[in-house]
Amino acid sequence: MNIINQYPKTFQWIFLILVFFGLCFAIDVPENYKFIRAQAEHSKVAGQTEFNFIGITVRYIEYNFLWRIPPLLGWLPIWVNDSMFFLLNDWLPMEFWDPDVEKYKTRPLILQITRVISGSILFLIEFIREILIGGIKTIVAITSWDWIDENPWAELPGIPWTIVTAGTVILSYKLSGKGLAIFSLIAMVYISIFGQWEPSMQTLSFILVAAPVSFILGLSLGIMAYKSKTVEKALYPLLLVMQTMPQYAVLVPAMVLFGIGDHSAAIITIVVATPPMILLTLLGLRGISPEVIEAGKMSGCNDFQLMFKVLIPTARRDILIGVNQVIMVCLSMAVIAAFIGAKGLGWNLLLALNRLNIGLALEAGICISLIAVLLDKMSLAWANKQTDYFGNLNFMKRRKYELFFVVTVLIGLVLTYFGSFYLKDGYNYLYEVPHNKGISTAEFWNRGVDWIWDTFFYPLKIFNTWLIQDVLQPMRAAYLRMPIVATFVLVMGAGYIIGGIRSAFVVGGLTLFIALSPWWDRALVTAYMATFGVIASSIIGITMGTLCAQNTYSSKFILAVCDIFQTFPSFVYLIPVMMLFGVTDTSVLIAVIVYATIPATRYTVEGLRSIPPALNDAGAMSGVNNLQRIFKIDFPLAFPHIMLGINQTIVFALFMVIIGAFIGTEDLGQYILKALSDLKGGGKGLILGICVAFIALIFDNLIKTYADKRKKELGYVS
Amino acid sequence: MTIENPVIKCDSVYKIFGANPEKMLENNSGNVDPKIFQEAGYIVGVNNASFEVSKGEILVVMGLSGSGKSTLLRCISRLTDATSGKIYIDGQELLALKNKELIELRRNKMGMVFQSFALLPHKTVLENIAFPLQIKGMKTTDSISKSIEMVKLVGLEGRENYFPRELSGGQQQRVGIARSLAVEPDIWFLDEPFSALDPLIRKEMQDEFLRLQSSLKKTIMFVTHDFDEALKLADRIAIMKDGIIEQLDTPANIVLSPATEYVKKFTQEVPREKVLKIESVMDQKDEGRNLSDFTVSKDAIIETVAEKILGQEKSVAVVDNDNNKVGIINPTKIIRILFGEKKSE
Ligand SMILES: Nc1ncnc2c1ncn2[C@@H]1O[C@H](COP(=O)(O)OP(=O)(O)OP(=O)(O)O)[C@@H](O)[C@H]1O
Ligand SMILES: [Mg+2]
Repeated sequence: MNIINQYPKTFQWIFLILVFFGLCFAIDVPENYKFIRAQAEHSKVAGQTEFNFIGITVRYIEYNFLWRIPPLLGWLPIWVNDSMFFLLNDWLPMEFWDPDVEKYKTRPLILQITRVISGSILFLIEFIREILIGGIKTIVAITSWDWIDENPWAELPGIPWTIVTAGTVILSYKLSGKGLAIFSLIAMVYISIFGQWEPSMQTLSFILVAAPVSFILGLSLGIMAYKSKTVEKALYPLLLVMQTMPQYAVLVPAMVLFGIGDHSAAIITIVVATPPMILLTLLGLRGISPEVIEAGKMSGCNDFQLMFKVLIPTARRDILIGVNQVIMVCLSMAVIAAFIGAKGLGWNLLLALNRLNIGLALEAGICISLIAVLLDKMSLAWANKQTDYFGNLNFMKRRKYELFFVVTVLIGLVLTYFGSFYLKDGYNYLYEVPHNKGISTAEFWNRGVDWIWDTFFYPLKIFNTWLIQDVLQPMRAAYLRMPIVATFVLVMGAGYIIGGIRSAFVVGGLTLFIALSPWWDRALVTAYMATFGVIASSIIGITMGTLCAQNTYSSKFILAVCDIFQTFPSFVYLIPVMMLFGVTDTSVLIAVIVYATIPATRYTVEGLRSIPPALNDAGAMSGVNNLQRIFKIDFPLAFPHIMLGINQTIVFALFMVIIGAFIGTEDLGQYILKALSDLKGGGKGLILGICVAFIALIFDNLIKTYADKRKKELGYVS
Repeated sequence: MTIENPVIKCDSVYKIFGANPEKMLENNSGNVDPKIFQEAGYIVGVNNASFEVSKGEILVVMGLSGSGKSTLLRCISRLTDATSGKIYIDGQELLALKNKELIELRRNKMGMVFQSFALLPHKTVLENIAFPLQIKGMKTTDSISKSIEMVKLVGLEGRENYFPRELSGGQQQRVGIARSLAVEPDIWFLDEPFSALDPLIRKEMQDEFLRLQSSLKKTIMFVTHDFDEALKLADRIAIMKDGIIEQLDTPANIVLSPATEYVKKFTQEVPREKVLKIESVMDQKDEGRNLSDFTVSKDAIIETVAEKILGQEKSVAVVDNDNNKVGIINPTKIIRILFGEKKSE
């Protein structure tokens, strides 16, 4: 009894686990159960039951409800889809002026709105794109094809790559100094001489539209949420779901609403990139000391002046970190959105992966990563840069960077001009290195892949078979073997022990949604893959983090490495693993592990390094050795922070598992991928995405609640 | 005591924090017992404050942490709306002002200095000081030349183009003071302006504050924790406890006749010689005595003249403003006040 009182939580956990396993063994697998690839689909299978709800028929196989509950929400994806189509095609037809035929036309309101948005975004993207690499579409858009035919000279010329490069280098130097300038020079020259200039600029133009729009949207919504509790409360759950939903999932609805192409990719990127901007704006505004606000008020500011002259400038740093986040999301979307037609590097990457041309994929991947790292460092430097005072400098000094840039533009133009002179019959390399004329290393890499396959075929194969047969399949079977009640008991019980009755109901509700959707079994498979990834990543990450945290230099080094790896768009991770393991589950899992190890490592290092040195000194005084220190002092203190890292690890792992569907796995991700090629898949994609988000949110809720409590107990102020 | 044309006048001002404070106040028909309120989930910030401040007066508000000093100041500057009661600024009812009028009032009549300086981090010293002027719509060149004047006033020449992060605490607070004075307000609120400064700089700033006030003659409400500071600056002192103003009077009266137990405890440790004027300790004039040539004014604070009196061998005559003898004071009495009185009490 005494022990139970002393460790009540431990005994609650033991009890919970006993009940869980008890249920698992008590409830037999029904005889007619098998892993169903398509529950509640419209295909007919023997032994199906069906029900009808608002005119939608849902078919499913009925089991003992302790084993699996019927998909009572099976109608939801179809209904969402139908509603979307109804809104788009039939709702509120109105008269709109159509400039193409110069007549009024009847069109449903939503359709017209989406067309107008698509049109303007597309115009913007093409405008910027043609400034960068030339073209005629912009001029066509403001005049007409006939006019172009009459005036063949009318074409945006595009900026020579030398000038863009010089501009980037000067900007980098201004923001951060020599180091970044050199890096940007190398990156830009690399992109150019490897013949990736055109797709890179296509990607860049897409980001240059999506990022500012997300910024403005996020900032305004953030301000609104700051001013009104109601808006904040309405936005908050949406933001949570958006942040944990795989970006894949929103592609399909976007495709339905806006069609295929750069514009719809940009729009969906904006949707995905806005939430972090909102959150950081809110964070920044909330962080302002109340006295500064009062000082503003006492200076006689009206609401507008208070917002734009006091609040936003004061929250500048957080807002610019938001800009950095927006840029990073945009870049990772640049690849994912290629599925719905974003041109550029992402498109080339997907194409190459599809053809299993690892070499080409690698080249595109490196370019994207270079751009990502460059933009990341530049925007961070901007955020951390403090305003300087120029009032006492003369014009030349104040504007030296601008002047310098003008000079390089002139030089670049002259170079291009001479280039067109000398390199007349070939290509003007000083203007742009064409795609197929650059240096290509694809051959080399492909040979490398072949060599790896030839040399390591057996060891790799043995490893692969072992992993699949002895680890993955048993694990998967065990997950599928869980009766649904047992899952609920486990999840809600954990919620109760950690956060009380409220937490139990929140996680229970999230689980219930998934259970009632038609994809419970798939969700279990997703969960199993993620679990495997999370366990492996956590072990690797925590070990590596602990080792590196013992020393200031190695800590700094590993954090820098994490920074760089984190900027790579998630898709890039698939390239090297496909190189090694081909198209198998193993590849996906290894990509998951690599990707998800980043947050585990980072949070471990941060957690361990942020322990007050006084505590370690105290430990040393009482004579602990290194190992004792790590396990008795460091770990317990850093544990809450490490748990937050594990939380991130889960989100990262789920993202990658879903992306892994591209290689071919049997989880929710594969369905999302299927929904992509299904015009009626909009509702499905969305609900699938929500299911994945909910899996992440279940863990998020449990871990955050735990970490908060523990931090309070340890006396951290949070 | 009523003052003619008070600049600030408070009439039963309450400030209650919580979900529905008006209702709560009504239910208790204006009787505020902090305990009952606390149990109901309400916090009493200011409890029935009524007082007046006349033109050119320095009213120092004192009290322990959480006693409601800042809240009182915030009510009077309407940074928060008082829950009930009336506040008049120059006879204008503050709570009835529309937003526009309130902004006008702040732009022209009020200035405030904050405990944590509250400078705008993205603006230079000069820009910070010019900020309220520019908000008012003054032309940039005018506002800058005015700000340069203010920079000189607070002695920050040469640092006009520094950012707040490049200044020490004392320097930052000078900027805060300059900013609040830039619009030439009639009413000046200072909320623990010197608390964050070290003792040496604090003393320097206090002297400077007095120097400024002797030429500017503003109506001032000054919040502080520190009794020494209060004594040095105050015309009158208000002592607050749990939102209630326990006593509001001249420093001497507060020390000599504390109105409540709390005030008494609060003032117990205060050295008499810093508060009391010679008048309150002098003896009857005694024509036969042989007096020193030196005389002291009856309004002098004991501490300021103690050394001189102790330097005399004979008793010293006390005179009023017209140099009429009104009493005498003996050096031994000063010694008793300085060193002995507390024990004998
Ligand atoms: N916005 C608020 N919401 C709720 N309670 C508040 C708020 N502002 C102040 N209070 C409460 O009102 C009481 C008085 O606070 P106030 O800030 O006026 O104290 P103070 O005398 O200025 O203290 P200090 O010397 O520490 O500055 C405190 O109990 C405080 O907790
Ligand atoms: Mg205060």
